[in-house]
Amino acid sequence: MTNITEKLELFEVFVRSKRGLDHKHVGSLHAEDHEQALEYARDCYTRRSEGVSIWVVKSADICSSQEDDADCFYDPNDDKPYRHATYYVLPDPVNNM
Amino acid sequence: MSDQIKNATQEYATRLGDDSVVLGHRISEWVSYGPFLEEDIAYGNVSLDYIGRARMFYTYAAELANDGRDEDDFAFMRNDREYRNLLLMEMPKGDFAYSQVRQLFADVYYTVLLPELLQSKDETLAAIAAKAIKETKYHLRRSRDWVLRLGDGTEESHKRAQKAVDQLWGYTHELFDMDETEQLLADEGIGVDVSKLRDAWLQMVSDILTEATLTVPEDSWAVRGGRTGYHTENLGHMLTEMQIVHRSFPGCKW
Repeated sequence: MTNITEKLELFEVFVRSKRGLDHKHVGSLHAEDHEQALEYARDCYTRRSEGVSIWVVKSADICSSQEDDADCFYDPNDDKPYRHATYYVLPDPVNNM
Repeated sequence: MSDQIKNATQEYATRLGDDSVVLGHRISEWVSYGPFLEEDIAYGNVSLDYIGRARMFYTYAAELANDGRDEDDFAFMRNDREYRNLLLMEMPKGDFAYSQVRQLFADVYYTVLLPELLQSKDETLAAIAAKAIKETKYHLRRSRDWVLRLGDGTEESHKRAQKAVDQLWGYTHELFDMDETEQLLADEGIGVDVSKLRDAWLQMVSDILTEATLTVPEDSWAVRGGRTGYHTENLGHMLTEMQIVHRSFPGCKW
């Protein structure tokens, strides 16, 4: 079971556990193509009837942010408290928000 | 239910249970030997489906026999000559192509058989069919996929898949044989008349093999005997391994 997985593609698996909920990332697996990935996702991640819907995406197709980006991505938000609802003082009549 | 029908139904449930447990065990021989982890888990799931199916058939056979035996006695306390499974199911696992071609032949067989069993006047058999149909739909999706990949894959995979088709073809004729017991049950609307299913099976299998660039063999030879207890040499060895724990430690629980 060693070299063969190098010839297969890596896929990320997302499972929706209940209708109305979002698909959540549950893990990854190797497969030859999307169809096979979907079948393996069924066997590897929904064996205890965890899901109603499965998405599989090639891992290579996911563009992810880098840790180095944290400075420019998230830090600038720290000094903008007005983006949070808690920044605003509510008038007394609206005390149950 | 008359005694005659009851005995025939018990024999029938035992046969169907034998087919399932033998194939289920053969598939389980792939566990930890699969070509890669994901396939190992997936094929193991299929094995569990078959063993679960065998349990249902055996439990029903034991209920009809009503002689103190339970499902385990049917699976573990009978010798090869008492087993009534189709020979196709007992053939050794071979290479991966061989197992997937056998799987395709079996999956298509259940695809044409189970909808008929669903119509059975026997409620228990119909209920087992209802559960098994869903499993088989998925099994066929997998085995069809693999036969297409292997047949229409590399030169080596094509060669192996074709060899498997040629070696297994002669064991498929027995799938559609009827004997007195099964004819009686078919006439009663309890069992399935499998002799009427070969055309549908052949059509589906031929379509898939052709799409996989494989050649459908000529019907030049046929081996029979599973339903009468005359097996290939492979079953005895398989049962030895399958039954040893139960026979060494009777009544053992864990």
